[in-house]
Amino acid sequence: MKPAPFTYHDPTSIADVVALLARHEDAKLLAGGQSLMPMLNMRFVVPDDVIDLNGVADMNGIDDTGEALSIGAMTRQCELATSETVAARAPIVQQALSYVGHFQTRNRGTLGGSLCHLDPAAELPTVAAAYDAVLTAAGPDGARDIAFADWPLAYMMPNLAPEEVLTRITLPYWREAHGAAFVEFARRHGDFAIIGVAALLAVEGGRITRAAVAVGGADVRPLRLAEVEAMLVGEAPGEAAFAEAGALARKIDAMSDAYVTAEYRQRLAGVMVERALAQAAERANGEG
Amino acid sequence: MADTREITVTVNGQAQTREVETRLNLADFLRHELEMTGTHVGCEHGVCGACTVLVDGAAVRSCLMLAVQADGHEVTSIEGLAAADGALHPVQEAFWKNHGLQCGFCTPGMVISVAALLRDNPDPSEREVREAISGNICRCTGYQPIVAAALDAAKTLRQGG
Amino acid sequence: MGVRYTGAQVQRMEDPRLLTGHGQYVDDMHLHGMLHAAFLRSSHAHASIRAIDTSAARALDGVHGVFTQADLGPAVAAKAMSQLYPAPVIKQDITQFPLASGEVCYVGETVAVVVADSRAIAEDALALIAVDYDPLPAIIDCRRALDADAPKAHLSSPDNFVGQLRSAFGDIDAAFAAADHVFSAAFMQHRGGCHAMETRGVLARDDQYGDGLTVWSSTQCPYLVRRALANYLGEAEERVRIIAPDVGGGFGPKAGFYPEEIVIPLVSRLLGRPVKWIEDRREHFTATTTQRDQQWDLEVACDKDGKILGLRGKVIHENGAYVPYGVLLAFTSLVPLPGAYVVPAVDVSLDIVFTNTTPNTPVRGAGRPNAIYAVERMIETIARELGLDPAEVRRRNFVRPDQMPYETGALLRDGSPVRYDSGDYEACMDQALDLADYAGFKARQEAARAQGRYLGIGVSAYIEDTGVGPYEGTTVRIEPSGKVLVRTGAASQGQGHHTMISQIVADQLGVTPEDIIFEAADTGKFPQGVGTIGSRVAANAGPSSHDAAGQVRDTALKLAAETLEAAVEDIELEDGVARVKGAPDLFVTLGDLALKLAPMSGVKVPAGFTPSLEATSYAGSAGAPIANGTNVAEVEVDIGTGEVRVLRYSVAHDCGNMINPMMVEGQIIGGVVHGIGNALFERMIYDDQGQPLTTNYGEYLLPLATEMPHIDIVHQVSPSPLNPLGVKGVGEGGTIPAAPAIIAAIENALADFGVVIDYYPVDPQYLTGLIDAAGAQAAE
Repeated sequence: MKPAPFTYHDPTSIADVVALLARHEDAKLLAGGQSLMPMLNMRFVVPDDVIDLNGVADMNGIDDTGEALSIGAMTRQCELATSETVAARAPIVQQALSYVGHFQTRNRGTLGGSLCHLDPAAELPTVAAAYDAVLTAAGPDGARDIAFADWPLAYMMPNLAPEEVLTRITLPYWREAHGAAFVEFARRHGDFAIIGVAALLAVEGGRITRAAVAVGGADVRPLRLAEVEAMLVGEAPGEAAFAEAGALARKIDAMSDAYVTAEYRQRLAGVMVERALAQAAERANGEG
Repeated sequence: MADTREITVTVNGQAQTREVETRLNLADFLRHELEMTGTHVGCEHGVCGACTVLVDGAAVRSCLMLAVQADGHEVTSIEGLAAADGALHPVQEAFWKNHGLQCGFCTPGMVISVAALLRDNPDPSEREVREAISGNICRCTGYQPIVAAALDAAKTLRQGG
Repeated sequence: MGVRYTGAQVQRMEDPRLLTGHGQYVDDMHLHGMLHAAFLRSSHAHASIRAIDTSAARALDGVHGVFTQADLGPAVAAKAMSQLYPAPVIKQDITQFPLASGEVCYVGETVAVVVADSRAIAEDALALIAVDYDPLPAIIDCRRALDADAPKAHLSSPDNFVGQLRSAFGDIDAAFAAADHVFSAAFMQHRGGCHAMETRGVLARDDQYGDGLTVWSSTQCPYLVRRALANYLGEAEERVRIIAPDVGGGFGPKAGFYPEEIVIPLVSRLLGRPVKWIEDRREHFTATTTQRDQQWDLEVACDKDGKILGLRGKVIHENGAYVPYGVLLAFTSLVPLPGAYVVPAVDVSLDIVFTNTTPNTPVRGAGRPNAIYAVERMIETIARELGLDPAEVRRRNFVRPDQMPYETGALLRDGSPVRYDSGDYEACMDQALDLADYAGFKARQEAARAQGRYLGIGVSAYIEDTGVGPYEGTTVRIEPSGKVLVRTGAASQGQGHHTMISQIVADQLGVTPEDIIFEAADTGKFPQGVGTIGSRVAANAGPSSHDAAGQVRDTALKLAAETLEAAVEDIELEDGVARVKGAPDLFVTLGDLALKLAPMSGVKVPAGFTPSLEATSYAGSAGAPIANGTNVAEVEVDIGTGEVRVLRYSVAHDCGNMINPMMVEGQIIGGVVHGIGNALFERMIYDDQGQPLTTNYGEYLLPLATEMPHIDIVHQVSPSPLNPLGVKGVGEGGTIPAAPAIIAAIENALADFGVVIDYYPVDPQYLTGLIDAAGAQAAE
């Protein structure tokens, strides 16, 4: 399984990347390589050009702006997983990362790469959905911000023009005290999720004041469960509310494929939403 | 005309300069350009872990890196683990003692992964060991002897062995 | 002479080089002038080939040749591969052409080959080959294969019937007539593929005016490959040398003879250059043989106490598209049928059917896991229906030690009776139950249920015929240096034969394993061999190495007695010398003894001795030693997700005397994990057009370290009377009982839901479907 021949480019600036994208119509961007290299090896993609982002300046780093976590697209997953800043400001990212592949893949894989590859079962897009992340792309006309809700256009197709490259991901903080949880069901440790759930819950005075529930793996894009979120606000956190949330979650539209049916995905969504909410609530209470 | 580049990769402490096709992956570079066949290729899609090496100290799947991406970087392969005088690394000794290998094909990647784990986590639990090797597939041993080897090596390393 | 190494936990001789990256697998070999091959494989499950245009591929820079079957030469252009294991029961003995000729019958079938400067260029050229396929209907579901309107797997066939096997003994009608109870069960068994971490590979070099053809192949059976290749080429076996270098796992599918093992040598010869082909992992999914589906429909007759009177039914066995391996796999699914139990009457027939999928040949255990699963299913059915403890039902049915040697009633391929040589099955089960704290399980289960968790426990008992003959020979030769050369036909894929045989020889000769030079799996170095299949090497190469070393020992003692002018009884072999007992200064080295029997010109070989201090033996076992054991699995089922976690796994195992207990446990643990993989994870899915849907390791799930349990093992030792070492085979004993133990445990966990499992591998989706469908109440 050897790739078809391509021309390799290793630009050092974002401007160079954009220029290369404009010049080469049939190019693929190489980030961590954990998704693209298998596809190249299997000749699922046969690009004329491969543009390596690993040497590009200004695409790395984790920055606490006070309002948000600002992360360079080429930041390695292992760096996110061990960052004290992320641990303090958005621990759900680290929870999710404990499910992402294996430590060897996290040593190369990047946040941007995962968000651009947009595998329906990937964990990081689900977290981005729950956070209403803002993605910043650089293109010939300058920088462009894209709300995560607008990011997935179709199956494994992000809202990026051919000459654009994702440079930065911003996770806006919740001002409210809250708890967050990422739970997932997969067949084996490190496998893609069959269903993954990211849940954030703000609780005040014994009532849920804000909720974000995102489900990955059910559809080609992570689903924000607006109905569930609306139902939860105002409720007391606990078994009853979460069981109801689970029952509602079970009604989402889910896809079927050769390995897993829609019905099973729906069932899992119900179970995992309930479990995620319970964990998030525990953390909101300062337990767990 | 094939797209080629001249690269210099430091492998097990020795600088190696070659001209390679840009589509050549790091595993094949080690195995066929440098004829260092200790690193094995088991799946070429980044799941089995047989190809695991250290790049700048981090355990990675060499089948998922292009050789050109290793230009200017340091690679440690299984051949570089034992001491210069041939003394086995404590992880290698522990695998030998605990029957942590049968056919030997997954072994180089497995040993590198365990060595990387113990460097970063000198006192892992059994669960942590199993998670660390969950990215390395073994069809022969059933993993249990490998886990025993890892815990044995951890003890030796903690005692300064 | 002491027994110092046999029975000891000797660290393996193989390990230092494997641990330091100095193994030598086929792809590690670089020969001068070597070229690289890639195969074009069928993308259709069934199609006619109208035309193949290789012109664009040939023109690609770096390509040295592109070949179809016709291009392999006039002598073989119309020559299909031969049947390796002919049998009259095979009604349609259809084998492949090395490269497809006119018709392809499974996705992955070889169609053409490219030879180029690099594998990458060869793959570039593959994309340029144009094949004009005319797709044909394909039969995929073995249960439909004999329907009147089923698509025919082969154009020229009247139907998909390969043949029928039957195991019948005792009076089945009387058994069922007399029964207090008759229970039935229907279930599908799906065993998975090979997935050795090293894929297959072939390297060929033709030296017409020198040594002839040398082929390095990642094979379990170099001698089978030699015979089959020599036959195909019409050459003497002596001019075809097959070497199995280090092989990274075999597990069964590397024990056959493949199209690539013909094509690569032929193109090497035609091009006058060494040619290497390495199977890539995607190819492995369809190009390497596998096991898949068997549908079982059984009835068991028993008395009111659950004592089995008879077993009858039908099996449909998926063969795949061709019959390269005879009916061996199907046969091994029937012969073990009574399992560890006394069953007076059996009548089970098995229909072997073509499907347009990769040919099915044995995978670790072959059909034995299937047969044992079937018997254990019926035991579980009896237990459930009669409300009896499953261990108790087994107790009431086990073959007893005082019945040994026990003839089950079944017959082997050669017509001789299946005979269990030794073992105490009930005692073995008791050890397993003890190890698993079976008695304490109810309390554990109830405590878990109080927390809303579902635990289950399952038992399975099995027998395994091991050590099939005829032989696996060994030569032992002492060199003037004092080193001991051991050459054997036995081929290793990780089993540690070098170590095992060195232990035996070292004990016989009073040397250390490090004194031994070990050479194996090279048809140019040892004349005849069979191969590593069916847990046969310990019970064959063990006795032959023991015997050969014993003969050398006797010669050495006799010659030393003469040399030292002492009586033979007063000589011992120890520390590499032959010495007078009690007088350590009176010795002669083994090396000097060897020198006496290998003099140069002018010197005589001592009277009464023949040149060279060596012996060759083909001794084996006088029949098939029968290993046995009981496994106990404890699982937790998450009824929300359907996930099954194996919490605890206990093995009581009897393989007779153990030459290296550490390696025995390695085989058991590895085998159990493989079996758990079959029970819960490994599924090769095809769509109804015959397109494989699980062709990478994200889709096809192998067991990983995180989902596998810690496995506790206790040994029982019932030496086999069938060979002087008392050994029985162990390579497959872990795999055979694993699936029934896991499945029984899942059913036990979900007993409140009335779940009965009729398919494995069990995946969470299937399980939640059963849970939801069952109407029973569950404790909240």
